[in-house]
Amino acid sequence: MLDQTEGYTTEDGRKIGGVVMEMRNITLRFGGVEAIKDISFDIREGEIRAIIGPNGAGKSSMLNVISGFYVPQEGQVFYKGAPRPPMKPYQVAQQGIARTFQNIALFEGMSVLDNVMTGRLTHMKTGLFSQSFWLGKAEKEETENREVAEKIIDFLEIQAIRKTPVSRLPYGLKKRVELARALAAEPSLLLLDEPMAGMNVEEKEDMSRFILDVNDEFGTTIALIEHDMGVVMDLSDRVVVMDYGKKIGDGTPDEVRGNQAVIDAYLGVAHD
Amino acid sequence: MPEQLAFTIEVFLNGLMAGVLYALVALGFVLIYKASGIFNFAQGVMALFAAMTLYGVMNGQVPFAHLINAIFGTEIHYFGWNVPALAAILLTIAVMVLLAWMVQRFIFRYLVGQEPIILFMATIGLAYFLEGVGDLMWGSDIKTLDVGLPQGINETIDEVTFGWFGYGFFIDNLDIVASVVAIILVAALVLFAQYTKQGRAMRAVADDHQAALSVGVSLNFIWILVWSLAGFVALVAGIMWGAKSGVQFSLSLIALKALPVLMLGGFTSIPGAIIGGLIIGVGEKLFEFLIGAPYLGGATENWFAYMLALLFLVFRPQGLFGEKIIERV
Repeated sequence: MLDQTEGYTTEDGRKIGGVVMEMRNITLRFGGVEAIKDISFDIREGEIRAIIGPNGAGKSSMLNVISGFYVPQEGQVFYKGAPRPPMKPYQVAQQGIARTFQNIALFEGMSVLDNVMTGRLTHMKTGLFSQSFWLGKAEKEETENREVAEKIIDFLEIQAIRKTPVSRLPYGLKKRVELARALAAEPSLLLLDEPMAGMNVEEKEDMSRFILDVNDEFGTTIALIEHDMGVVMDLSDRVVVMDYGKKIGDGTPDEVRGNQAVIDAYLGVAHD
Repeated sequence: MPEQLAFTIEVFLNGLMAGVLYALVALGFVLIYKASGIFNFAQGVMALFAAMTLYGVMNGQVPFAHLINAIFGTEIHYFGWNVPALAAILLTIAVMVLLAWMVQRFIFRYLVGQEPIILFMATIGLAYFLEGVGDLMWGSDIKTLDVGLPQGINETIDEVTFGWFGYGFFIDNLDIVASVVAIILVAALVLFAQYTKQGRAMRAVADDHQAALSVGVSLNFIWILVWSLAGFVALVAGIMWGAKSGVQFSLSLIALKALPVLMLGGFTSIPGAIIGGLIIGVGEKLFEFLIGAPYLGGATENWFAYMLALLFLVFRPQGLFGEKIIERV
């Protein structure tokens, strides 16, 4: 059930819905280090939400909190309007939150198709018994999920490498396969951890196009972390800016660009 | 030398059959190692425990009879019934699944993310514990496990080869059955891993834990699953070896023979475990027959496998099919 608070309309005329995910007063500590300090923000249905900030600002930690890899010491995560109890990453995934990783975490030994099919695991419900003996139900389920996987492979234009083991692919394609796997889960919220890190200009343009297309075509809500300011400003509807674990800005790209704290964080301030 | 040739072929075939059994034990290691990085020293004891349990169930032994008698001063040993082999096997599988769950729940749940050597030490502990529990439950006497598998010389092969070579091959029926069962088991495991949802999740966990979590796979469930499968493989190995040489402590030592098999085949490869097992089985029999017995005074079967493994460690440490060990600087 979605939060009933009203959404907004973007500049390019897309209608953004209610709140899918809300982070309320999140604090995360590693021993004495506060990686995230009392941060609140929300992610609305259908929008592309970016989290930016200099190195070590706590962006990846934030993404790990959302996806359940880290459990915050303080604060509450609300998902689809209800407070989310602390849960394991696989349970978060089963709730419909898919993600990619900064350093690509694919199944290197498997083919591209198999990797994308693992993204469908949360949609496959038949038990060990009928799977083991390949009973009718299991076969039907496999076919249905295979169709979805193939659709996404087509969409991201990786048909040509469907059967290739992932370990043989170049970096840029691996990133795209990882996106395909996350997308295969048909997530309510898609988390992208630096989807363009280490790419050249051409690959970045491709990836940006895919992210926009995914949002457009499937209406997927996307939260992404990115270093490249230009890319972020082009892609996102709203931006959270973090620095040293604190939130220093939140708003549309234009608002954030004009924010003095953000300019200081990125360009540095003279200490006198 | 047609007679010498006939002997060699016979030795070769017997080597293959022995190799199948080695491969079966090695397979249990590979399953667990791939999915969790745990080198399970207890695999051999699991085979022993499974065989003891099967024997105990079939013959209606009262579990922990000695313990019960010692405490309560009773004299019970048997329930007085016999369970048919198939039902007993199903029951033993259930016991092995329960064991898998307990191993995960009470040991490895607390050791997630620990150093490999610590996980290894835990399995050594498990091996001794399981050995003790096995003895306590079913008694430590040597048992003859008979689940109705055919045994003794295969007459047909004997006659046919006599017609061809003027010399009848001695091939044990049990070895033939063991080979067939092993082939079916391996084929089933491969199909399971390739084409089922759980198999796909299993391969995912074997490949990358973090990525597996992110697609909604519970590591805990997969680990229980692989320990159960390893328990099942141990049961099959236990039945075969138990029928061949009796259910006794030495059964757990066949695990040691699986080590050179793994060195050859690679710790992470199921086909590797099988080919490695066959190479060791054939290699040690042929070496004994052609070189060992005539020139070295015999008994080379005891060390041949380890020498071969040593050579592999020097020249190809990842084994025949293992993942190449590359370290980037």
